[in-house]
Amino acid sequence: MKPRQKQLLYAGAALLIFVAWMFYTADGPQTTAVLAGTVRAATLLALGAMCGMIGERSGVVNIGIEGQFLMSAFVAFTIASMTGSLFLGTIAGVGMGLVMGWLLAAMAVGLKVDQIIAGTVLNISALGLTSFFYDRSAVGIGKYTNIDLGPLADLPLLGTVFFSRPPLTYLTMALLVLVHVALFRSVWGMRTRAIGEHPGAADTVGIDVLRLRYFNVTIAGGLAGLGGSYLALEAVGTFSRAMSGGRGFLALAVMIFGRRTPFGAYAAALFFGFTTALQNQFQLNNTFDIPPQFVGMLPFVVTIIVVAISGLMGSMRDPAALGQTYEKG
Amino acid sequence: MSEVLLAAHNVTKQFPGVLANDDVSVQLRPGRILALLGENGAGKSTLVNILFGMYRPDSGDVIIKNEVVDLHGPDDAISRGIGMVHQHFQLVPPMRVVENIVLGAEPSKRGLVDLEEARNRVVELSGRYGLEIDPDALVEDLPVGMQQRVEILKALYRDADVLILDEPTGVLTPQEADHLLSVLRELTATGLGIVFITHKLREVLAIADDIVVLRNGRVVGETKPAETNESGLAEMMVGRSVVLRVEKSVAQPGDVVLAVDELEVNDDRGQIAVDRLSFEVREGEILGVAGVEGNGQRELVEAITGLRHPMAGTMRIDGEEVTNGSAREISKKGVAHIPEDREKHGVVAVYSIAENSVLNRYHRSPFSIRGVLRRDVIERHAQEVVDEFDVRTPSIAVAASSLSGGNKQKLIVGREFSDDIKLLIAAQPTRGIDIGAIEFIHRRILEQRDKGAAVLLVSAELDEILGLSDRIAVLYDGKLMDVLDAQDADRERVGLLMAGITK
Repeated sequence: MKPRQKQLLYAGAALLIFVAWMFYTADGPQTTAVLAGTVRAATLLALGAMCGMIGERSGVVNIGIEGQFLMSAFVAFTIASMTGSLFLGTIAGVGMGLVMGWLLAAMAVGLKVDQIIAGTVLNISALGLTSFFYDRSAVGIGKYTNIDLGPLADLPLLGTVFFSRPPLTYLTMALLVLVHVALFRSVWGMRTRAIGEHPGAADTVGIDVLRLRYFNVTIAGGLAGLGGSYLALEAVGTFSRAMSGGRGFLALAVMIFGRRTPFGAYAAALFFGFTTALQNQFQLNNTFDIPPQFVGMLPFVVTIIVVAISGLMGSMRDPAALGQTYEKG
Repeated sequence: MSEVLLAAHNVTKQFPGVLANDDVSVQLRPGRILALLGENGAGKSTLVNILFGMYRPDSGDVIIKNEVVDLHGPDDAISRGIGMVHQHFQLVPPMRVVENIVLGAEPSKRGLVDLEEARNRVVELSGRYGLEIDPDALVEDLPVGMQQRVEILKALYRDADVLILDEPTGVLTPQEADHLLSVLRELTATGLGIVFITHKLREVLAIADDIVVLRNGRVVGETKPAETNESGLAEMMVGRSVVLRVEKSVAQPGDVVLAVDELEVNDDRGQIAVDRLSFEVREGEILGVAGVEGNGQRELVEAITGLRHPMAGTMRIDGEEVTNGSAREISKKGVAHIPEDREKHGVVAVYSIAENSVLNRYHRSPFSIRGVLRRDVIERHAQEVVDEFDVRTPSIAVAASSLSGGNKQKLIVGREFSDDIKLLIAAQPTRGIDIGAIEFIHRRILEQRDKGAAVLLVSAELDEILGLSDRIAVLYDGKLMDVLDAQDADRERVGLLMAGITK
């Protein structure tokens, strides 16, 4: 990261903390609610962004995250209400994510289908299948409850926002660290970045490009699957039609804004999560006297502006082989 | 008896429509340099790809260290000590030198890359072989010669005892190339064997211990530098005697045709590629533009032919300003263009030879009248071009894609030369074509000069520049280093200028 960008980042973080503190002193409960909502929204986005970045670092665009979320949420909810176990539901959701990832890999890597089309296939079939099989009368078994992390949970503001959360949120934070280490320190990560930048170079040193892409896209699907489980079993506690609501696409924006790094993505996810939470609070309080649909647009309008601005800054560079199928030889 | 490091034994490989290798046998011993010589399409690349495990032979054996092996992929070859430096570097640009060297064979602890250890090994290796390099530099920041060094280190890191280099000097200045040759010579002192693929006769004679010449997929000769010379090798490559240097008379320069003044052109990424260039080309002379590829030649040619808009400066043809003219406007002024990339800009692959022969003039009389093409006139013209320029084809109705590279190039030259031309822009006019066609095209270019055309010849082949030009302009990093008269120019002097050294 260039020094100037670092400065900007620090300045932004400092400003956020200051604003949060200011509001906290003015109206504690509401600030806590907005910030807790921020983390809640950010968790899903971070999982989707990690799924996207593992694919893109390997050279495969995944616009099917939306479909992966939705399908996994459906399966997680269904299995959970069938077995009465949130844990089994979560596992089933992750499993479904892996299957969706494998499907994308089979199309985009194995059959060399255009990657955008392959992702679109996931999105459309997920919407169709879940709408068709969704059983309105199915009853949920509730959702994961908060776990306090000892004395940390008693910290003012931060305690409730970060250290008194349900389990999948903690798991996501752990995964952020794990994916970061894996991508930038491990042998797997080095090879993954190589096949996304210059698959030919990787091939000539004996790395099986197609196999690694297959593997990565499938595994990444598991992360989106966890996102689906999180959505159905931790964030909401039930399944409803098209409940992913475009957040799979928002996750892609988060990934790009976070420069395809886990921590960058989490920072971006918190930012977007904040706009979502803020929008909720605005609607709740009836802050603006305009139709709620317009207030609901806030996160998406901000997405467009932020992505456009960061694009204008010209600071992003895609992996060189992104979106290209690889032919040996 | 001495060990055979690497050998192909009666290797045959058939591709759809081509017999790429036909019963080929070569062998390499420790400490020796084997040069594989041949024209494009002679089967050199196929052979080394078989030796490196990229392709499997239809019949015949690959032998590594006296043992017949069955290679399933490059990793098989690598693990047996074969290293390859590809013509197009196989490096990951945004990664560090050390990461590129160890990629695929990373030292690791519990799944994490041990960068410390990797760096130590790279430093040790570069010290041992005298190949200095900054292990922490990003590959994309390195000059080409250094990137090649990374490739060599990559192979040595994997304990290669055979190095295969595919056209390694194509992207280097003459001095860099000489330096590479001496590095390779030193490497053989440690017992390494080297396979060196090239089409440059001079280099073969300078470096090889053994020379194998391939033509049409077969071995047509084996020799040693002491037993042959350039024309002997050329004859083996082509199968008949060839003239390596065309005779040319003294130029009779007339009026200025092309005047370029303070021209500034950007490349695709918006960086300055041509940096305030000024020069003139006169009637009846050839101005050669020398330089390592990627120093602004492409952008210069595209600007002059109207394919790219300059950012600043002016261009005049016959005194008339054409700075922002379209390609057609410029072509109308009597400018012929032999483009660098004949597949992309030279011919329309799916069009017939007849259609391709009028691409620059199909919209004008006599080839069309009021927007309707006149097939008979076009076909007559195409037949003339094919006959006069010796385009080898069964018919003018076949698609241009069916022609070989040399014949495509002759078709392009024929098309461009069939009008009266004032200015000829020839970019890499003989790249990748056989020696016979090279000789033919060189003679035609000289003919145009003698008829009074001004010629701007851009080429990465220094021999071509030195052989044809009356004056030589050297480009480095988009800037004009100097313009020399041909009689003052030699490899040494031009080579230094190509490296940006003015002394």
